[in-house]
Amino acid sequence: MKKYLSIFFVTLLAMAALTGCSGGTGESSGDNTSNVSTTDTTQAGTSDNVTGVTATGEATYGGTVVVGIQQDIDSLDPHTATAAGTKEILFNIFEGLVKNAPNGDLICAVAESYELSEDGLVYTFTLRQGVKFHNGDLVTAEDVKYSIERCAGLLDGTPLVSTMKTITAVDIIDEKTVQVTVDSVNPELIYSFTYAIIPNGSADVEGADPIGTGPFRYVSYTPQEGIIVEKNEDYWQEGLPYLDRVEFKIITDDKTATLELQAGTVQLFSYLTDEQATELSKTMQVLSAPSSTVQALFLNNAVEPLNDVKVRQAIMYALDKDEINLFVGGGDATVISSSMLPTLEKYYVDLNDVYGTGANVEAAKQLLTEAGYPDGFDLVISVPSNYPVHMQTAEVIVEQLKAVGINASIDAIEWTSWLSDVYTNREYAATVCALTGDSTPGYLLSRFVSTSSKNFINFNSAEYDEVYEKVVAATTMEERGDYYKELQKILVDEAGTGFTLCIANKVAVANNLAGYVFYPVYVQDMSTVYYVAE
Amino acid sequence: MKVFNMSSAKGKKVNIYLIIGAVMTGIIVVMAIVGIFWTPYSTTAMSAKERFAAPSWQHLFGTDNFGRDIFSRVMKAVGTSALISVLVVAISAVAGIVLGAITGYFGGVVDAVVMRIVDAINGFPSILLALVIISLLGKGRQNVVLALAIAFTPSFVRIVRGEFIRLRDADYVVRARLMGVAKPRILFVHILPNIFSTFWVSVTIGLNNAILAESGLSYLGIGVQAPDATLGSLLSDAQASLASSPWYALAPGLTIVWTVLGVAMLSEGIGKLKK
Repeated sequence: MKKYLSIFFVTLLAMAALTGCSGGTGESSGDNTSNVSTTDTTQAGTSDNVTGVTATGEATYGGTVVVGIQQDIDSLDPHTATAAGTKEILFNIFEGLVKNAPNGDLICAVAESYELSEDGLVYTFTLRQGVKFHNGDLVTAEDVKYSIERCAGLLDGTPLVSTMKTITAVDIIDEKTVQVTVDSVNPELIYSFTYAIIPNGSADVEGADPIGTGPFRYVSYTPQEGIIVEKNEDYWQEGLPYLDRVEFKIITDDKTATLELQAGTVQLFSYLTDEQATELSKTMQVLSAPSSTVQALFLNNAVEPLNDVKVRQAIMYALDKDEINLFVGGGDATVISSSMLPTLEKYYVDLNDVYGTGANVEAAKQLLTEAGYPDGFDLVISVPSNYPVHMQTAEVIVEQLKAVGINASIDAIEWTSWLSDVYTNREYAATVCALTGDSTPGYLLSRFVSTSSKNFINFNSAEYDEVYEKVVAATTMEERGDYYKELQKILVDEAGTGFTLCIANKVAVANNLAGYVFYPVYVQDMSTVYYVAE
Repeated sequence: MKVFNMSSAKGKKVNIYLIIGAVMTGIIVVMAIVGIFWTPYSTTAMSAKERFAAPSWQHLFGTDNFGRDIFSRVMKAVGTSALISVLVVAISAVAGIVLGAITGYFGGVVDAVVMRIVDAINGFPSILLALVIISLLGKGRQNVVLALAIAFTPSFVRIVRGEFIRLRDADYVVRARLMGVAKPRILFVHILPNIFSTFWVSVTIGLNNAILAESGLSYLGIGVQAPDATLGSLLSDAQASLASSPWYALAPGLTIVWTVLGVAMLSEGIGKLKK
């Protein structure tokens, strides 16, 4: 499976460096599921039966699916939404010039093809003919220009997508050609063109419904309840989507989610805990694939006593990641040490040896003594209570820290307060959560630059910043790859934060549904899901 | 209920409710008190080898998803749940006596105002009211106690008020009044002891309701914070593995039933004592 993925990523990078789109329609669900395996729970017998249903079922059109989601969404504006849980839903409503494909490639969406100039500074997009917005209007070059300029900050000076701030001009060549000029070469920039194309001026209309070109159109959103979308009849990909209606229902409690899945009021739910997966695999299909998230015990590098590198290193030694994997990951997660997805093999460097994957109590105590905390200290770990995986991880970590004398306690907080207090205002000491990677390898590393607005752990290393500058200056992915490995190393040596696991994403799917496809990025594509004929 | 009132050799009636209730409650109280000082295993120490172990002589109630001994955790949880419930009843009972005595004895404007407020509070289901208060004050043990105490006060106010209305014109109260005894003394020295038996029953019923309400709140995830546990939060944690390891849910569940039944029997027994 890893082999497949690495092949996908190599292809993807080769493409990014050169030109063009694979132009695939992503229609055949058979190919897409190649990186999916059924979960190896103890109930092997029943899960065999269950997967049999998927294999033989014939696709039908129509029907409604209720998808459970773990958190409320933070914005309906595809350019300003920051939470991964929001983006994974908006993926169904909005599309960029290009979009992510299940195999890690980019496929053309609103654009039909694109070309990159020899010097890597000019992107020329040819728009696909006949792509319609959900309001019925055809997508014009004006709309594309407006959307890109809005993301790049050319409209009001504030770039909404930081990677796109290198864009200096968006020119309409003719009604189906748009040219984007950048001031520096960035082989990863093409991934930013997955950001949504929206109607010209639409984002400035307050309270307007979100309008995109995706397989589903927005119907309604009720805070704390969910979001409802319906089939886009004019979708440009022939034959998609299958479903008439998808309701994303917010269920912040994992036990409620299990009950609803068992009762059949929710048909699909991702990011199951190990226990949920075991429990649900008796009655439903439970699919599993490597996730695109890195989980960590994040430490606020700016607060006492975590501003001392020795204290942070002591915590690294105290963590027993193998145990966390066993308790929380069901034993099939990948133990990690730095901010890179292990599936991105070309860029990932295994640094688990630095502090070891088990606990090293002596080393931790020694470092604490050196740092002037021979008796440990109090540490509050703020955890978003709607993520049982993180709550359980925190519980395990509290025990592990106790072993070295650190008196940790858990403060379970709501997701919205986590976003504002922890992530935005950085008013916390430690937290357990996961970061979501995207298809650009550097994404998860870019946030630890000291000046980054996403650097919520207040990581501050001159060396790191220096190397990152070299990354930005590098023009080939090979060169960048070397620097990425260096960055991972610095992050680990400085003990910026306690990375723990890349947890497998386990998804419960009702027995009469098929076509669910995993992506190497954090999205939930409902367009390929269908009910099988009875 | 005569069936249960068996006669002893001396011809005296044995109060079976009192005995069973006292034994059942006694076991819980002993468990809670011992749990403060000693548990068979650490309540937080995890063991990867012993995840979801079925009940055995080593682990009486089995182990949970982290390999922690459930019996030890139940012992600790009983203490926490009992402490919260006792505090809730104590606070709301004291508030109920003060407000009930004043409104019942004096009547008039104070009575009208206080009782309308009490009616308003009573209008909300107690769990819902507690949820609202906790969402305003934030989570944590003290806030759970406060929220439940506010939700429980109205029932005590009503009972005490009713008794005071009944007794305020009793002969001995009227005489005391004529003799010029101070009002607080009439309220709390002359009348209060005479409503004790009625009040005690409502306290035990209140205790049961508090245990259930606290379990309900913890079950909804807003009681104490992990890794601390109460009976409700244990039940909530257990739900994830209900089918694969049912003993995890049964242990706190049966403990709740046992406790509530015990306290109910005890209050029934005390009620019979009076007669």
